[in-house]
Amino acid sequence: MSSPQPRIGVVQFPGSNDDRDALWALAALDAEALPVWHAETELPDLDAVVLPGGFSYGDYLRCGAIARFSPAMSAVAAFAEADGLVLGICNGFQILCEAGLLPGVLRANESLSFVCRDVRVRVDRADTAFTSRCRQGQELVIPVKHGEGCWYADDDLYQELVARDQIVLRYSEPVNGSLYDVAGVVNERGNVMGLMPHPEHAVDPLLGSADGALILASLVEAARDRALAAV
Amino acid sequence: MRATVLVRPKQGILDPQGEAVENSLRHLGFGVAQARIGRVVDLEVEAEDAAAARAEVERMCEQLLANPLIESYEILLRENRA
Repeated sequence: MSSPQPRIGVVQFPGSNDDRDALWALAALDAEALPVWHAETELPDLDAVVLPGGFSYGDYLRCGAIARFSPAMSAVAAFAEADGLVLGICNGFQILCEAGLLPGVLRANESLSFVCRDVRVRVDRADTAFTSRCRQGQELVIPVKHGEGCWYADDDLYQELVARDQIVLRYSEPVNGSLYDVAGVVNERGNVMGLMPHPEHAVDPLLGSADGALILASLVEAARDRALAAV
Repeated sequence: MRATVLVRPKQGILDPQGEAVENSLRHLGFGVAQARIGRVVDLEVEAEDAAAARAEVERMCEQLLANPLIESYEILLRENRA
């Protein structure tokens, strides 16, 4: 029996600019990738949702703070609450933190400079729906491009996250001043993840690295499992 | 009722903008021990009285204007003068 293509939605906010790359990368990894307009109050029938990078609503007030109130985000929050898989990339990560779906907050880079380059990140957990194709401790090369990627949580919160094993990715090099080099976190239930690096920009060796495909292919596989389970 | 909301980085939170400005002020020869940079939001609020206005603005701060993980806020109220 041929396995079905999982349906993965990519939410397009005003100011999103990596939505097309995410759609392209997901399709290249054998998902049926569908754009979802931010004004939609309901999601189509989906097996996973991706919140793409960009500068939603101009990053006014704080990055992600306004996008959080868009109609589609209410639907995404309900989807996550119902155990749906949600991956936030860069601005998507910022939105998920502001929405309270992920812990912590993304602040201005410590250097105050925009960082745009390939960075090395280490996989601290290879047992999530978003990293199952990776090996524990594996180092990935994935580009970042952000001015506000400095993840922060207070001591108590950070210790809770470590105790619950919610830190999934850490930078292997100085990037943005992120607390303990955190580059990606997952929620307690393990169905929502955010990361600052852009896996959708690293799915083909021609682009310098195909390591991002490990993350997106993990998501596609997990989404496919959900789709099969629902049949 | 007019309300001014002052949003500041919480004590102990690194403020790279404030540090950059602090250094620049020192370069200009000013004796500055610390500079911190926050945000000002001026609001015109429709409310029956000051207490109601303050309660309303507090809700705005909690829900949108400040992120409680990293920011504190202060609310200043004054009557509209005709």
